[in-house]
Amino acid sequence: MKTIIKNAKIYLDNALQAQELLIENKRISKIAPQITEKADTVIDAAGACVFPGFIDIHAHLRDPGHTYKEDIQSGTKSAAKGGFTSICAMPNTNPVTDNIASVEYIQLRAKEFSIARVYVIGALTKQSKGEEISEMATMKSGGIVAVSDDGYCVQNARIMLSCLRYAANFDIPVIIHPEDYALAGRGQISSGKVATRIGLSGIPGLAEEVIIARDIMLAESAGARLHIAHISTARSLELVRQAKERGLPVTCEVTPHHLVLTDEACLGFDTNTKMKPPLRNEADRLACVQALNEGLIDCIATDHAPHADFEKEREFDQAPFGIIGFETAFAVLYDNLVKSKAISLSTLVNKLSCEPARILDLPGGEIKLGAKADLTIIDLNQSTTFSKENILSKSKNTPWLDQTLASRVKYTFKSGMITYQDS
Amino acid sequence: MNYQFLGRNVFDLDDYSREEILYILEAAKGMKSINLREYKKIPTLRGKTICTLFVENSTRTRMSFELAANRLSADVVSFQANVSALQKGESLQDTVYTLNAMGIDLYCIRHSSPGSPQLVHKYSQKPVINGGDGRHAHPTQALLDIYTIWEKKGDLKDLKVTIVGDILHSRVVRSNLIGMGKLGAKVTVCGPKTLMPGNMESVYGCKVEYDLARALSDADVVMGLRMQLERMSEGLFPSLEEYSKHYVLSGRTLKYAKPDALIMHPGPMNRGVEILPEIADSKHSVIVEQVANGVAIRMALMFLILGGKA
Repeated sequence: MKTIIKNAKIYLDNALQAQELLIENKRISKIAPQITEKADTVIDAAGACVFPGFIDIHAHLRDPGHTYKEDIQSGTKSAAKGGFTSICAMPNTNPVTDNIASVEYIQLRAKEFSIARVYVIGALTKQSKGEEISEMATMKSGGIVAVSDDGYCVQNARIMLSCLRYAANFDIPVIIHPEDYALAGRGQISSGKVATRIGLSGIPGLAEEVIIARDIMLAESAGARLHIAHISTARSLELVRQAKERGLPVTCEVTPHHLVLTDEACLGFDTNTKMKPPLRNEADRLACVQALNEGLIDCIATDHAPHADFEKEREFDQAPFGIIGFETAFAVLYDNLVKSKAISLSTLVNKLSCEPARILDLPGGEIKLGAKADLTIIDLNQSTTFSKENILSKSKNTPWLDQTLASRVKYTFKSGMITYQDS
Repeated sequence: MNYQFLGRNVFDLDDYSREEILYILEAAKGMKSINLREYKKIPTLRGKTICTLFVENSTRTRMSFELAANRLSADVVSFQANVSALQKGESLQDTVYTLNAMGIDLYCIRHSSPGSPQLVHKYSQKPVINGGDGRHAHPTQALLDIYTIWEKKGDLKDLKVTIVGDILHSRVVRSNLIGMGKLGAKVTVCGPKTLMPGNMESVYGCKVEYDLARALSDADVVMGLRMQLERMSEGLFPSLEEYSKHYVLSGRTLKYAKPDALIMHPGPMNRGVEILPEIADSKHSVIVEQVANGVAIRMALMFLILGGKA
């Protein structure tokens, strides 16, 4: 089975180059200005760009337990439509993915559909209750790539220290969702001018920052690898900067929404602007963009968090936190940040591909000879409208609903097989 | 003058211009005269149906809305959360769909969640008057407060209005800051720092004081707010005694205000906590008039929104 991609620009060595690409036996077997071999399939990608398949290290697939929101099939289809070929599933399923059987369930289902590589993140503590260490070593031998209680945060510092020491013992990266529950309280959006104006209770940046400060200190003491999920404030970034300057193995990610939106988006009480951490102010947003450019932020992750319409369609303070992210991620960032030159195209692509791969030691993330043909072909001159009808996720909870953004994913390939094709 | 009120929502006062607010006050003045008659009823909204949708309980505000509707001869249906399907887990969306099917022309809603009046409008496509949504807004209360000051002082321009108490949890303050600001009043808010939201100056253009004497200095209008006991268990202040010592409206503290300063309170009062009884009952107190004016303001809004015939 041979496939040739013609007339496209290929993302090689951080730049777009006019080359052709041959896929043979699931792998990239040739990159050359002109490929004349006979192929089973020739894809004319005129005007489009070929990027490495995107890698998302933070997603919620809701399977098992909440399959009315999403399941592994719909979730991976949605990922492929967004150009993703590898995604990491967070363990806040029902039951919680805190044991080897649950890990294997997700792996089996993902393999059955084979639409995206699904890596499993195991729970840090049993049932993510923040009380007892999970069987993370067993789960690691079953293939988990990290542990996390994402959605929850271990409040007890002694237990967190134990978890970090135990994870360090088996060299498992620990991903934290930094949130001090007492400081966050019943907060709905970020503390600040908008919260003051519209009377929703606020989640202060401090709720995130005190846990990041604590966990950097604990991880240093434990000798553990620490990855900070969805960073959102300038002060948090300062803490990460200090940790990195001291040479600690600390990494962090940012979501597309924290790079593009601020709490001003909450003024209309749209529950699709409600997520954790909350959208912050413009100074925090700009700090995130700058930190992404400087490399202080290691990668972009979607925090794809599907919720059904009936859950989001209610009073703001009664709706669940979270928005979907696979399908909008590239377009939102390309349209809002690359076109305005706030970030470069190569920063965007690298932070969605090789950089997240590096953090969790995942394969892929680069277009090179001999590598698995995980690719996405995107036309930067076309656009995409995100409507309830064409979103492939089961859930439609996005603040970009019915908006049209620049760029359009034309094809996605996993191991040379088409997993998404624009119709 | 040709103002368009027909079919409009009253989510908060920022949707209304200074001139429109003054027009509402004039309309309320006419309504107030009806309330002083022996037969307190006009036929203007005959055949219209108004629903008071009170998801958060409030007897006083609901009665005020219902009296207003009755006096305009509208039919009134009353929906109370504690005896309704919402208690059984029905969503607000389904509740509104159900009510709407019965032919409601105007909703008056009270809800603990900010933004819920917008939802009721979205689901019903009917005009909605916000009767208080969480900490967000309480525009009819602000309008009746403004009306009360306007009636007594003639004009709010450059009046110093001081509002004292739990600013953090108060929707009354937020709507008053917007409405009074539009009419040119200079508002100062005062309370302990733990009960003061951040960024008040930049969001509302008001002044923030933590010291009561400074806040009251030369005030033309002084408004106390209800201090709720549960704020103590939330760790926001230590005791009612200590609160009262620093923030109670008393003869001693009010001597910093102008001698003829109006004394206001949105109710219900905790006598002896945020206001001493002799101040609440003093000759400059307009607390009872506020309640009377509330009916007139609500009548005016219903009349204007439903296009009543004058």
